[in-house]
Amino acid sequence: MNLPKNFLPPLLSGIGLGLTLLAMFLLTAHGLGAYGVFKNSAAQFSQMIATEWTAQTPFFVLLLEKSPHLFDAWIIWQMIGVALGALLASLLFQRFRFKIERGTALSVSNRFVYALLGGVLTGFGSALAQGCSSGLGLSGGAVLAVGAFIFLVSFFAAGLLLALYTKRYWL
Amino acid sequence: MTTFPLQNVSLWWVLLLGISFGFWLEVSGLGSPRKLNAQLTLRDWTVFKVMFTTIVVAATAIYGLQFYEYLDVELLKIPTVFYWAMGIGGLFVGCGLAIGGYCPGTSIVGLFSGRLDALAFIGGVFGGVYLFAACSKLLEPLYDVPENHIRQTLMEVTGLPVSLIILILIGIAVTGYFVGTWFETQHHGVIHAEDLDK
Repeated sequence: MNLPKNFLPPLLSGIGLGLTLLAMFLLTAHGLGAYGVFKNSAAQFSQMIATEWTAQTPFFVLLLEKSPHLFDAWIIWQMIGVALGALLASLLFQRFRFKIERGTALSVSNRFVYALLGGVLTGFGSALAQGCSSGLGLSGGAVLAVGAFIFLVSFFAAGLLLALYTKRYWL
Repeated sequence: MTTFPLQNVSLWWVLLLGISFGFWLEVSGLGSPRKLNAQLTLRDWTVFKVMFTTIVVAATAIYGLQFYEYLDVELLKIPTVFYWAMGIGGLFVGCGLAIGGYCPGTSIVGLFSGRLDALAFIGGVFGGVYLFAACSKLLEPLYDVPENHIRQTLMEVTGLPVSLIILILIGIAVTGYFVGTWFETQHHGVIHAEDLDK
């Protein structure tokens, strides 16, 4: 196995991300995002398997009105790009590894349970906040929206506090 | 007449910028749940440094271009603030990071750099979205806000000019950068790509 190349300095990647975010605003008037892809595909899937329930659920009704076709939504194309970009970078710098990333104290099955549980909290939280660390934190932050900073402060506060307990899972 | 934003550009541009987004997230190491969580124990300040640099670079450029009339900020998407929903939502996403190891964007980066645990997280995010959808009627009052919360910016809340706000943000970024780098010299230091192979 080839040795992985190290990560780039945060200042450099921050400038790269900042210029990417700027370009997105200049070209499309909105920023980057991630949670939107989950929300839109969840709505589509829900319509396929539970049409009646979906029609009675205002959250999904509004989403489906706004973007009735999944592949017309910009967020889908952006996220396909994110996947390609991550694949490209990890292969290029020899960091691609099939693995289950976890701390040594955590068993594989427990890692999956915690990942699933963390995902549920994140999905619910992003839906509640109408955005995630990218869509609300970074994109809202770039236009100096109050909401972005409210989100970021509580995001870090909760993470820092809970990590006092959960840090053992990552060592 | 301002030049930007263009709007209605081809989705190929969006795909291309997505590739750039994913590329920079991966090269900074933010696809790794252990590196992300090392921020929460103050061991590795990459998350703070990358996020704050991103915000400062983009905000300075956006409001700079607005000042020179190349860009009309009025046409940009500025999210409405829902204090309770966004505050509590942030708490949930922060807990999700501490327990699950990712946030929505980094879970995709994690998966496409080979991390199979990201699949469980992604499945969980869908679960969380359905849970929210199921109780969305109950939560509707949280989104009933006064008009001045629509597209509310830091300038409106503080009464300060945009230049000063950006200077303050730069100040926080620089301070955080030095404080973080000091923390990184203590204990185990930043997580390198090699450390993740062990």
